[in-house]
Amino acid sequence: MTTLLELRGVSVSFDGFLALNDLNLSLQPGELRAVIGPNGAGKTTFLDVITGKVRPTQGDVFFRGRSLVGTSEHRIARLGIGRKFQTPRVYQNLTARRNLELAVSDRSPFDLLFRGLDGSSQDRVAQLLKVVGLAPQAQQLAGGLSHGQKQWLEIAMLLAQDPDLLLVDEPVAGLSDEETERTGELLRSLAGDHTVLVIEHDMEFIRNLDSPVTVLHEGHVLCEGSMEAVQSDPRVIDVYLGVDDDLEPGIAPPSGLPDRPSSELQP
Amino acid sequence: MSVSATPPAFVRRWWPWILIVAAALILPVILPPFRLNLLGRFLSLGIVALGVDLIWGYTGLLSLGQGIFFALGGYALGMHLSLNSLEPGQLPEFFGLYGVNSLPAFWQPFTSPLFTLAAIWVIPALVAGILGFLVFRNRIKGVYFSILTQAALLVFFNFFNGQQKLINGTNGLKTDTAKVFGALVGSDAMQRNLFWLTVLLVIAAWLLCRWLTSGRFGDALVAIRDDEPRMRFTGYNPTAYKTLVFTVAGALAGISGALYTVQSGIISPQFMAVPFSIEMVIWVAVGGRGTLLGAVLGAVLINYAKSLISEQLPETWLFVQGALFLLVVTALPDGLVGWWRQGGPGHILAMFGWPPRSATYPGLDLDPSMLAEREALEGPSSSDSARGGER
Repeated sequence: MTTLLELRGVSVSFDGFLALNDLNLSLQPGELRAVIGPNGAGKTTFLDVITGKVRPTQGDVFFRGRSLVGTSEHRIARLGIGRKFQTPRVYQNLTARRNLELAVSDRSPFDLLFRGLDGSSQDRVAQLLKVVGLAPQAQQLAGGLSHGQKQWLEIAMLLAQDPDLLLVDEPVAGLSDEETERTGELLRSLAGDHTVLVIEHDMEFIRNLDSPVTVLHEGHVLCEGSMEAVQSDPRVIDVYLGVDDDLEPGIAPPSGLPDRPSSELQP
Repeated sequence: MSVSATPPAFVRRWWPWILIVAAALILPVILPPFRLNLLGRFLSLGIVALGVDLIWGYTGLLSLGQGIFFALGGYALGMHLSLNSLEPGQLPEFFGLYGVNSLPAFWQPFTSPLFTLAAIWVIPALVAGILGFLVFRNRIKGVYFSILTQAALLVFFNFFNGQQKLINGTNGLKTDTAKVFGALVGSDAMQRNLFWLTVLLVIAAWLLCRWLTSGRFGDALVAIRDDEPRMRFTGYNPTAYKTLVFTVAGALAGISGALYTVQSGIISPQFMAVPFSIEMVIWVAVGGRGTLLGAVLGAVLINYAKSLISEQLPETWLFVQGALFLLVVTALPDGLVGWWRQGGPGHILAMFGWPPRSATYPGLDLDPSMLAEREALEGPSSSDSARGGER
């Protein structure tokens, strides 16, 4: 099977600070992969490199064997890489429906000007609104939706794009337990047809995804494996609990696990 | 209100247009030529304001350099009119002052009326398109974009101001004494025709902008304004969209400048002065950013106020303009039209104890005896749940 996405020895330096340090990672088509790591581990920079926002100082990124370095963001998106941001980013002054219409449209200005939205795209918008439970709010401005609804609207926009690779940054931040569960189901159902990479802090959520986990630390891959294997890895425990760090006593560890007791990490 | 009192559907649907057509027909009759000319000039400024609204109100590009395109349109027409009524072999008068004996090459095409009609909007559009593409491709935005456009404006201003031998420099070109179709441009009859032409072109420009902003293209502009990186990551190339609207705004500015020139009787580098381009932004802010009607209204109202106040108290206008801008920024962020659409007048009436009109009967809901009766019938809890169940 050919690799869908491959990062080879990627380093990113911001004025000497190495946000990513010799990062190697590959994704197979149809895979569902979770990426965890404490704050500052380089998770978001890692997405920035793939989507073309940040150019790697060293190394290369390949998507279906083609290098992405130097390709602009919108071209990378058109190749089939979609991204959901950490904080929900929807177009506040457009209705939920119009947000989705932009996501299913062709990207050329002339198409938007001279051609109406075709029937199948309209059906798709209606169907997506239903899937994420926003049909009643279709005519409401996205800025007025609740946090959870915005998260779901952004996920729907990502689906509307129909990318081969979905990069999902903290999809359940600020969601209720029930919404979290539904998001997990949705992501699991997408894997197979799509390749999904999820960055998340919520360990319970990651465990329920039941997917291979990659742990990032200080810009490189610390270890990979199942959730159980990763949790029992002494290096991971070190990183999360900050045993060898120069942490002052009494200060919480650099918390990648905001709301779970640290004992959860013990096998 | 009885049913027969409501106007027929035709009137209800078309009343703004009926009003505009009626005004366009009646105003030339009742207004003295001087006032009509002023109104025509201010309406033509509405066209450049529409362009500013398109790029700033919808797309978030605050250009302080629209004067470039405005003046380019004005100069294109001014040059044609300078050549139009000359005898063969004659040169526009000012060339003699600077010892120029033959027409400079770039003047030649402007002898053709057809070329001029195209040049009025194509040249500004081209300049805007090229400038815009370079700026947007390099992702210059926000305040840097504003500064850059203002710098470009200054470059153009200084160039046109300094080139006596080419375009009469700081004196500009006069158009009133030129003849079109055998009539003086400055004559009352011609000015009335120009007023009607302006009304038509304002409507055309408004329709164009409405078409651009109402569909998915307009949505894309708003999306670029609100979250450009998000658009990029969705596969849109904002450079294409921004360049396109900036070009359209440039073309509109050129048409506006040409109309303004023939109704003012002169085109000079003053049209490229820095304050004038900033005023364009103020018109749109006061009228209502992101509302097309607001752009035209703002341009006409502010300029009319300017001319009225300047006639009475010449020194005070700048203070009034500054105060207006402050008022809009602090109290009416969506401008006059935005305030109106959000029910502003109703709020003011409500302040004086005049309840807003409503489709239901709020008077009944507020009536103490009705409240007591309802409570007795349903109990307080049920009326609460009824209120909660509104959505």
